Amino acid sequence: MPEHTTTSPLPVTVIGGYLGAGKTTLINHLLNNANGMRLAILVNDFGDLAIDAALIESQEGDVISLSGGCICCSYGNDLQAALMDTNKMPDPPDHVVIESSGVALPGAIGSALTLIRAMRLHGIVTLADVSTLQQHATDKYLADTIERQLRDADIIVLNKSDLVCASEIDAVTTWVTTINANARVVPTTYATIANMVVLDEQPQTSADEQSPLALNQQPQNAVRQNNDNHTQHFKTIKLAATQPVDSAKLATALASDKCGLLRAKGFVQNQSGNLHTIQVVGRRWAVTDAPTGVDCGLVCIGRDGQWQIEEIIAGFDGISIA
Amino acid sequence: MLTTIYSAENIITMNPARPFVTHVAVQDGRVLGAGSLEELSGFGDYTLDDRFKDKVLMPGLVEGHSHAVEGKWWRYVYCGYFDRMDPHGKIWSGLQTITEVVGRLKEIEQTLTDPTVPLTGWAIDPIYYEDKNITRHHLDEVSTDRPIAIMHASGHIMNVNTKALELADYLRTGIEHDGVPLGDDGLPTGELKGPDVMMPVGQYAGFDQNLFDFDEQGLVDFARLCVRTGVTTATDLAARLGDDVVETGIDVTAKSDFPARIIPLRFHHGVTPQELIDQVQRLAPMSTDRFRLGKIKVVADGSIQGFSARLRWPGYYNGAENGLWYIAPEQMREIYEKALAANIQVHTHTNGDEATDLALDILQDALRKHPHPDHRFTIQHGQMINAAQYRRMAKLGVCVNHFANHHFYWGDEHYRLTVGPERAERMNACRTALDNGVPLAIHSDAPVTPLGPLFTAWCAVNRITSSGRTQGEHEKISVAEALYAITIGAAYTLGMDDEIGSIEAGKHADFAVLEKDPTTCDPLTLKDIPVWGTVQGGRVFAAADA
Ligand SMILES: [Zn+2]
Repeated sequence: MPEHTTTSPLPVTVIGGYLGAGKTTLINHLLNNANGMRLAILVNDFGDLAIDAALIESQEGDVISLSGGCICCSYGNDLQAALMDTNKMPDPPDHVVIESSGVALPGAIGSALTLIRAMRLHGIVTLADVSTLQQHATDKYLADTIERQLRDADIIVLNKSDLVCASEIDAVTTWVTTINANARVVPTTYATIANMVVLDEQPQTSADEQSPLALNQQPQNAVRQNNDNHTQHFKTIKLAATQPVDSAKLATALASDKCGLLRAKGFVQNQSGNLHTIQVVGRRWAVTDAPTGVDCGLVCIGRDGQWQIEEIIAGFDGISIA
Repeated sequence: MLTTIYSAENIITMNPARPFVTHVAVQDGRVLGAGSLEELSGFGDYTLDDRFKDKVLMPGLVEGHSHAVEGKWWRYVYCGYFDRMDPHGKIWSGLQTITEVVGRLKEIEQTLTDPTVPLTGWAIDPIYYEDKNITRHHLDEVSTDRPIAIMHASGHIMNVNTKALELADYLRTGIEHDGVPLGDDGLPTGELKGPDVMMPVGQYAGFDQNLFDFDEQGLVDFARLCVRTGVTTATDLAARLGDDVVETGIDVTAKSDFPARIIPLRFHHGVTPQELIDQVQRLAPMSTDRFRLGKIKVVADGSIQGFSARLRWPGYYNGAENGLWYIAPEQMREIYEKALAANIQVHTHTNGDEATDLALDILQDALRKHPHPDHRFTIQHGQMINAAQYRRMAKLGVCVNHFANHHFYWGDEHYRLTVGPERAERMNACRTALDNGVPLAIHSDAPVTPLGPLFTAWCAVNRITSSGRTQGEHEKISVAEALYAITIGAAYTLGMDDEIGSIEAGKHADFAVLEKDPTTCDPLTLKDIPVWGTVQGGRVFAAADA
């Protein structure tokens, strides 16, 4: 990870959603596709987390060591202590992923991250089982909790979309938009979202622009069939940055509803000549000092046909499609 | 076997067949019989002990919802608004202004020789102050060099000084958290709300990581408070029960001079329902007479004054958003079902009425799957339960343990701010519970409010708030009902009413030894009855020696 130095804050992704939404499936997926990135996964308990046995190297109390330098910790009732322990690790991970409990509000966990200087909230991804979401959303005990979890999200993943028909996905998407108009909504199956969308991994432009959003292979036990209604295609676009630019303004534009992209990352020079890193995760953006020696330019990813970039960058001199 | 017969001015037995007697015979830690000396002499040889001849005995009091960690917290500086007795019997005067709090802290600060050692306080409650805003600058008057933290009475909020914020790296801009209010300078004011934000700072200011776990000295000090308040059996209602804590509990309570029976309940958080059941089943056989394992505590929602309790419509009086679930309904369902199947008792913390609804809905379903003729599931606090809910509870066999003390300490706040007059008047509705046949206990939730069942009884009988108003005349209960609630009533909720809670043949010889008779005193003076000490398992413990 070229941008990761010991002084830059550790990125943290919060995964929210009610029980059965697919949070642990997503975590397994991220681990299986970590591809050299060292992840620290914090889960409430190890209960439903069936980690692929081949990944497990050892377990000591609340910490499971996994191959590739990844670890998985159960934080029980003390997430803050677990975060601080992670922060103090002699060999810190590249990225932290928090699986919030089924009734937790992921936004509250995100705020708690502001208490730790050495960590930064990378993004909040709320999962929902698209086949049960609307039933939960009318449950007299759960409705407001589910809505608050959706409201907190930067990206909303409508999981298990192969279990319903396309018109139902549309209906749920429309409803979700009334709860959170600014989040990006992504239907998927098996919680398969590419690591580069969720984590602080440099997005790559792929030769195969039409490959599924979930770049990674299906889990081995997959039995459901994808059909065209349910397979999301994504598109990446590389932007060149040849002139200094107002980095916050550009980041804001990239994170706007009008742009609609899922994820962007790259480096630009601002008007004072400083190199900045731009991070966009759905509606959330961040600008930080860039490591030295990086080349300017950004990579943007979005659902094919669901975002546009030309109009967005038209107002920025020196920003163009590469 | 040696038999001792105690005489007393009056012995309140809680056995309706002979409610008042003059003598009680004790053999091997148990009650041989209660009656007249002549009746009891029929058991054979005895020694007559008349040390209680001008005292009043009643069954050892049972605190059905306390936390043994109070013993530990007394190592910190008491900063509460009301006078309060420490484990050694010293009465700490209440502090009515922030100036007085700063004054006491300064006094203690001057006795500290090491300039870096933290100064830690507890039980402050600014809702009673004219100026409710305490900031780090107040505590900086005490010291800018050593970290200072004061836990609020509720246990949910902490105030710290600038040094403590610095040590935790909180003294900076960029913090965005509802639990960390910021001043005009963009820096935290030093008020920290919720365990998430308290602990990272508290650990630099003398609060250890396991804030809510008892330790050896803490357990001994907690038991001292039990002796001073007439308590012979007390719960430790939300324990994580790590193996080390269990070992400490078993060892400390086994000592021949340990004066109380402790009932720790395993808190649901941090483990899966199956792990919870497995752990409790593994621990249950390790129980001793004075350390009883094998029960579960589930927490369904937060607190009313913290606006984290789950309320039914119309919600909070001040319009605050509804509170939070502390457990997913599915997890509660799994715990209830597995516990019923395994014959494990569950106590469930609910504060808001919606949380009570959820617990009852889930229990009703679970009971259809796993019928249990005598489960004694108990709602703890249940502060907003209404008449319809009590009727349901009676049908389902659910007990309630109400937070009577809360009514005194925060009743005015509920009336004015949280739930409004109508619902505040029927909070902790002991009368309606009894009228509907729901088994009732009442509690202190120590250290949130002081341990002391006679005070708790006074609260339920008089329903007086701290401002002196009677709030909810209709929900008052009689002295006799209140005394029942702090003895047999609480014992019933713990499934121990066959062992404790009354003075009659076969039960443990557990007595509260009082200087005055609560059945004949003015009900307004119940809380002022001096406690001489206790007899626990036939062993005599004078408060003066505790
Ligand atoms: Zn409690």
